[in-house]
Amino acid sequence: MKLLLKIWRQQNSETEGKIVDYMLDDVSPDMSFLEMLDVLNEKLIHKGEEPVAFDHDCREGICGACSLMINGVPHGPEKATTTCQLHMRKFTDGQEIVIEPWRAAPFPVIKDLVVDRGSFDRIIQKGGFISASTGSAQDGNTILVSKIDADASMDAAACIGCGACVAACKNGSASLFVAAKLSHLGLLPQGQPERSTRVLAMVMQMDEEGFGSCTNTYDCEAACPKGISVKNIARMNRDYLKASLFGV
Amino acid sequence: MITLDSKIPSGPITEKWDKHRAEMKLVNPANKRKYTVIVVGTGLAGSAAASSLAELGYNVECFTFHDSPRRAHSIAAQGGINAAKNYQNDGDSIWRLFYDTVKGGDFRAREANVYRLAQVSVNIIDQCVAQGVPFAREYGGYLANRSFGGAQVSRTFYAKGQTGQQLLLGAYSALSRQIGAGTVNMHNRKEMLDLVLVDGHARGIVTRDLVSGKIESFAADAVILATGGYANVFYLSTNAKACNVTSIYRAHKKGAGFANPCYTQIHPTCIPVSGDHQSKLTLMSESLRNDGRIWVPKNKGDKRPADQIPEKDRDYYLERKYPSFGNLSPRDIASRAAKEACDDGRGVGPGGYGVYLDFEDSIKRLSEATIAERYGNLFEMYERITGENPYKSPMRIYPAPHYTMGGLWVDYNLMSTIPGLHVLGEANFSDHGANRLGASALMQGLADGYFVIPYTIGHYLASDKSTKVTTEHPEFKKAMEEATAQTQRLLAINGKRSTNSFHRELGLLMWDKCGMARTEKSLKEALDRIPELREEFWNNVKVTGKGEELNQSLEHAGRVADFLEFAELMCHDALEREESCGGHFREEYQTEDGEALRNDDKFCHAAVWEYNGANKKPIRYKEELTFDNVHLATRSYK
Repeated sequence: MKLLLKIWRQQNSETEGKIVDYMLDDVSPDMSFLEMLDVLNEKLIHKGEEPVAFDHDCREGICGACSLMINGVPHGPEKATTTCQLHMRKFTDGQEIVIEPWRAAPFPVIKDLVVDRGSFDRIIQKGGFISASTGSAQDGNTILVSKIDADASMDAAACIGCGACVAACKNGSASLFVAAKLSHLGLLPQGQPERSTRVLAMVMQMDEEGFGSCTNTYDCEAACPKGISVKNIARMNRDYLKASLFGV
Repeated sequence: MITLDSKIPSGPITEKWDKHRAEMKLVNPANKRKYTVIVVGTGLAGSAAASSLAELGYNVECFTFHDSPRRAHSIAAQGGINAAKNYQNDGDSIWRLFYDTVKGGDFRAREANVYRLAQVSVNIIDQCVAQGVPFAREYGGYLANRSFGGAQVSRTFYAKGQTGQQLLLGAYSALSRQIGAGTVNMHNRKEMLDLVLVDGHARGIVTRDLVSGKIESFAADAVILATGGYANVFYLSTNAKACNVTSIYRAHKKGAGFANPCYTQIHPTCIPVSGDHQSKLTLMSESLRNDGRIWVPKNKGDKRPADQIPEKDRDYYLERKYPSFGNLSPRDIASRAAKEACDDGRGVGPGGYGVYLDFEDSIKRLSEATIAERYGNLFEMYERITGENPYKSPMRIYPAPHYTMGGLWVDYNLMSTIPGLHVLGEANFSDHGANRLGASALMQGLADGYFVIPYTIGHYLASDKSTKVTTEHPEFKKAMEEATAQTQRLLAINGKRSTNSFHRELGLLMWDKCGMARTEKSLKEALDRIPELREEFWNNVKVTGKGEELNQSLEHAGRVADFLEFAELMCHDALEREESCGGHFREEYQTEDGEALRNDDKFCHAAVWEYNGANKKPIRYKEELTFDNVHLATRSYK
């Protein structure tokens, strides 16, 4: 396959970026999208040019590091798939592909396609945990969790923290990310004692980081590589309202 | 000269850890805040250690080269975590988990460490449940278990096919809680480049900030490395792209003994290579082997599609050779059997390096829905990568480097041969011997981090009488200058080949000569070739960009430079271990029917290597292993 790549290049957070065109021949349909970028980078290095910087690590769809806007869609055209698991057989010969970083104020660009997602960590640090210090736990089977709750909690916990939900949202909202963590913990008996304080603290931090509000467009759910449901946002809003009205 | 005192407590094995805990010194709560501990790596072992130590009151400086501690490669573990809970009433016990792990490790692990691992395994599950890890449950609300490669009891706890992710997110949440509380100072995107020793004690590290390129140093009272394994020495492995040997290898160059570097685990169920562009290999959880049957055509060169090969022309070789374990045979055995079948010309798929993993019978027996419930996400992943539907045609799999049992030598307290330097998880060597059983890596990482190091590090700090140091100490200045010089040297070469092309070439060489099967000849060839390749690297590598910025080619160059030295150490170790055991298979040492042939008279020890200067052969020491509880026997899964 032959491709025209239009890639966002930006030296660092201080400079302005721009789209640069690259022609790439001999792309195999069995390559992953990132392997295609590897091939491009090899060529650039050979020519003495700087390779395109992008975040990636596990390349099996679970670490959440990869984060590319491909033709305007987070993680590209295949549903429920991260960029690293997207394969070139999903594209056609001669296609033009625009590759950009996540665009959101709380995700500043560091270089080329690499963004800083530290805001997600700071939200978790405010309350995305159960306060259970090492050594204090009782036997695991003394906490019974119905299979239905455990499965629902697991579905929410599958979030990989990639940020596609934010990138997809016209408001740059992190609601799906925050709600997924709140549901994961809030659906379990272990998560109940801190349920109200958790929702208040995490939502407050989300706002402080500069993420936008949710207006129910569901773009986040459509973009989520793990298929996390917007129902979690409804659950977050309910918990938030309850905690705000009735206190913690 | 290094001395290997394993510090195994005296007394019966069942009482050693309790006795040791009773005898270790404590640091009183008011004094804990006077100590600082550096933790490098935020996988299961690192995050668990950092959070647990901070909860106790220590100051923790924690480092990861990722953008967030949640990205560490523990996250990719799929299958599960073992624990001797015996919730299934199927005859499991701490003793049996201990026994299975020692036997599974082919009698090359330290008994006392393994027993402790089995003991604390039960606490790990409790701790993870309390943190909110959404383990699979039965309808009654109780924890569910499954059986897993190499075990005859159901002791594996799991969270769908994402157990590593959920355990890591549990540890990450505990770590985040401490970061939020200000007790852990978290350094993202900072890579450790060197270890700093003052008066022979590990007292700090040198790092490079991967965004600004700034070289910095940090001082502490003790250093913990939890930086994972080195399977990326093969270039193609199931490890994440950034996994590397740098931290532990640099510590090795500073004096830490490196134990059993040749023990590498080749995982039997990975998706085969599809072409030269391949950048990594993807593991399919071996839980698939619970319901999938592995086979190849009986006859060489049988190119018919799988569904046109009748039953009588199929060879279910694991079921045939190992009737009592069959498709659930341990990893090393299953991997080698696949290689044998393919070397025999009976492999399937492009290139002939693949075997079938077939679910047809299970789908008939259990229904497609049940199989989808159990393995749905894995089947989807397979289809995404290969473009083939595994519900309709069998998967193709082939072994791939996956885990490394070798690592820095540690004593019972998880301290290396450098006082104050502690090593946890895959980065150390202690618990898996020559082969790791499935679902035991997660167990070991969390055992080390949650339940061992919080006790043993207190004992070290309370016993250590050396004075406090700061980064003003000349040793820190020296180490920073060396790290800066190395970075500049890499940037100045300006040769013709990319870091990736060197890494690929080294990987291929190691896979051919020091991979699933090794010979004296192949290892000597590798030992001739590696120094040449290293020489070429230092004269002809091309690293673009500058040092004072985010520079991924520079990061990779440093890691490849260390792999190019470390590979030689691995080959030395493989060459001198004139026996076959677990993941180390020397073709010269096998039984008549092709099974690994151990030599307990000569090699019932851990080989520990001391760095002896650039381009010099390292020095080999031994820690003799004694088996007082699980008696040495030939491992048989027939």
